[in-house]
Amino acid sequence: MLQYTQKRVHGIQDLERKLNELGYRVGIRALDLLVWRDKNSKRETRVLGMLYFIHTTVWKTMFGKQADSLEKSTENEDEYMISDNDPMVSKFISVPKDVSQLNCGAFMAGIVEAIMDGCQFPSRVTAHTVPIDGYPLRTTILIKLDKEVLEREEQLK
Amino acid sequence: MNTTHSSSSSGGSGIGSGPLGYGNTPTCYFVMIGTKDNPIYEAEFVSVNTARASSGVAAIPDAKKEEFRHLNQFIAHSALDMIEDIQWSTNQMYLKSIDKFNERFISAYLTAGNIKLLLLHDAKSEDAIRNFFNDCYELYIKTLLNPFYEPNTIINSPAFDTKVRLSAKRYL
Repeated sequence: MLQYTQKRVHGIQDLERKLNELGYRVGIRALDLLVWRDKNSKRETRVLGMLYFIHTTVWKTMFGKQADSLEKSTENEDEYMISDNDPMVSKFISVPKDVSQLNCGAFMAGIVEAIMDGCQFPSRVTAHTVPIDGYPLRTTILIKLDKEVLEREEQLK
Repeated sequence: MNTTHSSSSSGGSGIGSGPLGYGNTPTCYFVMIGTKDNPIYEAEFVSVNTARASSGVAAIPDAKKEEFRHLNQFIAHSALDMIEDIQWSTNQMYLKSIDKFNERFISAYLTAGNIKLLLLHDAKSEDAIRNFFNDCYELYIKTLLNPFYEPNTIINSPAFDTKVRLSAKRYL
């Protein structure tokens, strides 16, 4: 998949964007499928419930384990982070030096963004690599919710 | 031959004069609406189970049926507003009967991906309708999994249509 996209883009940003788009298509389908399979599940209407769903169910079906952490940023009200110490997506990819900025987590970010959009929580989702001792590939997915989502949360409280 | 079943993706084009009443034909009108309020799929069923009871009724001439069809679309669209109000107060998927028009009821089902399934019907058992909606949701997911299907576009597949009608016959 990476080679396919690599042939069609001119630059790293573009490559990340294309991976993001591919992830988006996966995410849309994953959302309905997972909710259906979880027979007694209901729709998610609250942000936290939604993030928790992604953090557990989605990660489990995609990668076989739950995501490693779900955090709320202290600086901004509308930012949340999901971290994965060992993302399966990037595990088997060796990145050459000239494209060292590339983060294949963009694919995972696309999936998350599609799920958020599908549930009517539009947000910007990006992937960042934050290496920590013992986990050089640790990737964090940053979810920045749009303003209208926050307003709606306020009203619902 | 006059078309009496409508499974085409676009309804009629003109606006008929307001009908005096729906007559006695128990038809149900089912429509799936995408995230941008665009209809993805629509179908009309003649309900077999209740038709048996009123078998002495003459069929409605086709001209009147066209008018009913347009009205059905209007009713469905006005019901969308009701859905939007309710959708944030509950996390259920099956929103039961959300609106009433003359003697028709409108039931709705909201999927996880925010697709709205609407059914216009006469008085029916809630369980039957819930089962029907669940079936249709499953068919929709299967369509969605097709990599060639772009989400939020019209569903043209005849196979989908057949299955929906089959499910309607079973439950409605």
